[in-house]
Amino acid sequence: MRGIAIGAVLFLALAATAGVVGWLLRDDSFVKIGSKSFIESVILAEMVEGVLTDAGIRAEHDHVEMQAQISWQAIRNGEIDLYVEYTGTLMKELLVEDHLETIDALRDQLATMGLRMTHPLGFRNNYGLGMLEQTAERLGIERVSDLVDHPQLRFRFSDPFMAREDCWPTLRKHYALPQHDARGMNHDLAYLALVDGACDLIDVYTTDAEIEHFGLRVLEDDLHHFPVYEPVVLYRADLVERFPGIEPALKRLEGCLDQQQMMQLNARVKYDKRQPGEVAADYLKHNLGIEVDVEIETWQQRLVRNTLEHLRLVAVSLTAAIIVALPLGVVAARRKRVGQVILATVGIVQTIPSLALLAFMVPLLGVGVRPAIMALFLYSLLPIVRNTHAGLHDIPSQVRDSASALGLPGAARLFRVELPMASRSIMAGIKTSAVINVGTAALGGLIAAGGFGQPIMTGLTRLDMQMIVWQGAVPASILALAVQGAFELAERMIVPRGLRLDQTR
Amino acid sequence: MLQLLGVSKSYDQTVALQRTSLRITNSSITALIGPSGCGKSTIVRMMIGLIAPDAGEVRFDGTVLHDDNLLSVRQRMGYVIQEGGLFPHLSAYRNVALLARHLKWPRDRIENKIAELTELTRFPRAGLTRYPAELSGGERQRVSLMRALMLDPKVLLLDEPLGALDPMIRFELQTDLKRIFGELSTTVVLVTHDMAEAAYFSDRIVLLRKGAIVQEGTFDELVNNPSDPFVTQFINAQRSMFPGGSEAIS
Repeated sequence: MRGIAIGAVLFLALAATAGVVGWLLRDDSFVKIGSKSFIESVILAEMVEGVLTDAGIRAEHDHVEMQAQISWQAIRNGEIDLYVEYTGTLMKELLVEDHLETIDALRDQLATMGLRMTHPLGFRNNYGLGMLEQTAERLGIERVSDLVDHPQLRFRFSDPFMAREDCWPTLRKHYALPQHDARGMNHDLAYLALVDGACDLIDVYTTDAEIEHFGLRVLEDDLHHFPVYEPVVLYRADLVERFPGIEPALKRLEGCLDQQQMMQLNARVKYDKRQPGEVAADYLKHNLGIEVDVEIETWQQRLVRNTLEHLRLVAVSLTAAIIVALPLGVVAARRKRVGQVILATVGIVQTIPSLALLAFMVPLLGVGVRPAIMALFLYSLLPIVRNTHAGLHDIPSQVRDSASALGLPGAARLFRVELPMASRSIMAGIKTSAVINVGTAALGGLIAAGGFGQPIMTGLTRLDMQMIVWQGAVPASILALAVQGAFELAERMIVPRGLRLDQTR
Repeated sequence: MLQLLGVSKSYDQTVALQRTSLRITNSSITALIGPSGCGKSTIVRMMIGLIAPDAGEVRFDGTVLHDDNLLSVRQRMGYVIQEGGLFPHLSAYRNVALLARHLKWPRDRIENKIAELTELTRFPRAGLTRYPAELSGGERQRVSLMRALMLDPKVLLLDEPLGALDPMIRFELQTDLKRIFGELSTTVVLVTHDMAEAAYFSDRIVLLRKGAIVQEGTFDELVNNPSDPFVTQFINAQRSMFPGGSEAIS
């Protein structure tokens, strides 16, 4: 019990420190624009950046794409100042407990939370059900109610669609749908499954570029089940004081896009492989007469940026882990009881799946680099603590006694004898941590921490295998190998030659 | 010089050393002998403070061994164990110099002292740069001895120093050790399980059994005036190995 308490206190202290540091380092001099991890959200964020910049307001959309719940968290914590959200998501998901019926009620509710929203941007991006045109034609399905006669159909839905009260659970009841094979999967992969014939029907967003691209039939919601999803710019009320011209600037986006236009913009990114910033700038230029300088990142620049971001995640978390884990390992080896507590605590941290550990950090530290570093730090502790402990523990008793009998004080014994003798084991632990760390850091893409996880996430939403492989997976593997190589070199320099000799003679 | 006053030591239920007193006089050579588990190593380890007695006290040069003076007392003692206990990550030179370097001796003082010790122990100078893994068993023991003698200790404690050596090297080192003891005239306490070795090195033999001293005295006293049948038994058990009996020993 005491052990768990010590562990928890240690953990919270570290988390709190990270939080305070982050708060102190906050920069309020520009508008931080967030986006969710799908193309439309990124394009709209770029458009917002365009109109704000045009109005002389410094704004930055930092290529950080977040999972839906995370962007909501982030705007409420002030980690981002605005992002584009959908009325349906706000009313039926994020604020579902408040049972809001009208847009005005939503506006009032947001106001109590220090948030505001613009009027809708024009198009609707509702949920819908999509099938391949030829399948639908063959089975004679036009409306959702036609599905009742085809119980054998295989449904694949995005995870939020499976889970949300206003989606699959009630849709099924509303239309009395008989299908049993309904499972969750990643939305972008579901399109591939549909085209490959691995399933028959998926949920779609009505502005998805795939609808046109793959020739999908979106079934008519004849019993009016799906709520209306209209995009609005959601922003923090304090922006109005910080940047007085912001509301008129945002107003220019209201009603500026229809459904067809949005679908085309999505398609230009997804299928023409244009960058969202470029697509947004084009649109602003031709429709609102706004000229924006878009910085288009070449793939080399992106690779360098991702590499640096990834290295930063690894370097900071690993350095911190070494600084903390080495002394913990020494204490664990010196004091048996405390040692058991330490080993158990770091061991438990390691049993938390890396994805879950990352998720736990979000409520504590928000999104971005800090929670990712914290999670990587915690993850890197065990191999170092355990190997330090094992290395010190395995020192032969004659050697230990000889050091004591010489009359060397404790610190000198530790630094002149014990740590050098354990150095091989310690270095092996650090090397293991480093390699795990490089791999795990790629998960940082999920919580907007940058690095090689970012192109993997973005590539997934754009179904861009090239991007996933060449900007994400391959460089991450190469980096892992390079790190391993670097540590092997370091090992040769740090581990004393006498320990690397054959001991059998 | 060294004094044990009513010391004892137990681990859980096992008694390692019963209440024991022992006096080691200046410049004497004492051998602690007895079968395995008799407490002979416990006594030496107690003398250098690796084991704290449950009761009683250890005195070195008149002062009682205590946590506070342990380091300074140890620096005035030399300790050699079986297999040498050398630091495998340090060269022979560094092994010998470790404590002196920690005490910030000037480099030439260290070098001079080590040169002197290589002469004394007949250790090849070229071997100083080698690591323990690159040395033979006998060479390792010589390095260990140099390390113990580096600070000119008042007492030299040897715990089965020749235990792990093959017979030829053992013989060679025995002869050298005997000469070294004679040249240095320091106080020596030597642990062995070999009566021949004890008789060869020491002025006085302390025979132990089951954590208690059975008899102490010269070899002749032990042979001629055994205080207990065990003494004769122990001597005969070893003597019978040699066709010539005790003559072969002395």
